[in-house]
Amino acid sequence: MARRSFLRYAGAGVAGIGLISAASSCSKHNNVVPSSGAIDVGSGDPGILNYAYALEQLEAAFYTQVMASPYSGISITETAYLTDIRDHEVLHREFFKAALGSGAIQALTPDFSKIDFSSRASVLGAAKAFEDLGVTAYDGVGYLIVNTTYLGIAGSIVSVEARHASVIANLLGVSFVGSDQVDSNSLNISNKPSVVLAAANTYLKTKISAKSFS
Amino acid sequence: MNFYKIIEEIEKIDPEFQDRINPRRAAIKNITSFGSKVAVAAMPFALGTLFKKAYGATTSAGVIAVLNFALTLEYLESSFYDAGVGTSGLVPAGDATYIGAIKTDEDNHVTFLQGAITASGGTPVAKSSLTFDFTGGNGKGNGPFADVFSNYQTFLAVAETFEDTGVRAYKGQAANLAGNAVLTYALDIHAVEARHAAAIRYLRANTYHVVINPWITSTVANSNDTGISLVDANYAGATPENNTTVGGINLLTLPSIESSSSTSVSVATAAFDEPLTQAEVLALLEGSFIVN
Repeated sequence: MARRSFLRYAGAGVAGIGLISAASSCSKHNNVVPSSGAIDVGSGDPGILNYAYALEQLEAAFYTQVMASPYSGISITETAYLTDIRDHEVLHREFFKAALGSGAIQALTPDFSKIDFSSRASVLGAAKAFEDLGVTAYDGVGYLIVNTTYLGIAGSIVSVEARHASVIANLLGVSFVGSDQVDSNSLNISNKPSVVLAAANTYLKTKISAKSFS
Repeated sequence: MNFYKIIEEIEKIDPEFQDRINPRRAAIKNITSFGSKVAVAAMPFALGTLFKKAYGATTSAGVIAVLNFALTLEYLESSFYDAGVGTSGLVPAGDATYIGAIKTDEDNHVTFLQGAITASGGTPVAKSSLTFDFTGGNGKGNGPFADVFSNYQTFLAVAETFEDTGVRAYKGQAANLAGNAVLTYALDIHAVEARHAAAIRYLRANTYHVVINPWITSTVANSNDTGISLVDANYAGATPENNTTVGGINLLTLPSIESSSSTSVSVATAAFDEPLTQAEVLALLEGSFIVN
């Protein structure tokens, strides 16, 4: 659906008009619940933004819990960095929520039972997983985005997620460009939605699907 | 200076190229049409079977021009780190692996982009045609960063600026690659440059006690958070790093942990990195670091 001029976002500063909800003539609903019980992100550009919204919800919830009950021995520097990261992820989440408006998927319920929030290793390990995953997720769908404004937004966010990933790696004492994330050409790896969501869903009670994307 | 030759070559295909990169023209603000008037050379895009299998797309001259712009920047960074690592006594032993990892990446980016351009039927800009002056002195070697290879802290400051600027440069080209297979690779390089940028900032802050965050934390008055006013322009541009309106939404009015109705400028500016146009990047580099 090539509709580059379709969404006149310039006037979307008006309260209540979401970036995507203005595109009401799109016939696909974004929050249909398939029989499997999973929430599907939908299709096209709105689907990709909902996909990003889902991941940002997960990250925001994680870091909010981290800072609500910081792990034993957290340093002043770590507190500052993780607080910043939390605030960035919360903003990313709120941005997508505002942008999607009535086209947004619902609020998701996370499942952090596998994470020991009292353990630095467990928390930072999970943080690294989330940040690395987020980078691969944005990089993996960029070429699918039709509206270049949304592409720009994704670009503005993914480099910040990569900065987060780099810092978490440093806190863990591992390479900020480790071979698990950066390939032999020194390109960051990217993942398609099905791969990303398989990982993300292990931390979500409400499962997410992205059926219109591979 | 080969950069002008690049422009000449592009102009043979797209006579309006100079207008597109002229920052005084309104056209620059919406460069999404960059490739549309360029005569498409129907070259098979065959960087490995992966591309053919996945896309079977052709690579336009416009896309190749973007890749050559990226390659020019990678030559700059690669040469910078090669020189720095090769300068005896500059990089402390304890930082050798850390800085070496970045150098390796930039060298690999050069190789990758050369290969991508060639595989796409284009001609990579030749490294030998570019001359760099990492003091910022346009070839005189006495620019504002005169001690870049004798003072490690200056080296790190320049590295930090190059990385942040590289991130912004790639970001500014994404729209020109929209829908193209090459976009994924540009995004993948862009992410690694962001890892580098945060890594340099982290190193400066945690080992050398510079007051700097891993993310660009601006104020209303100043986009540049480096404390080095010389590089103010690297954090400015049509969409400066202290921008807080994204997609028509005022980030400062969004809920945060602290408030149900507002977000601080520092959080808002740090959470979103902003692009530089090609013209803005070139204005920052040529006549200083890229000798003309």
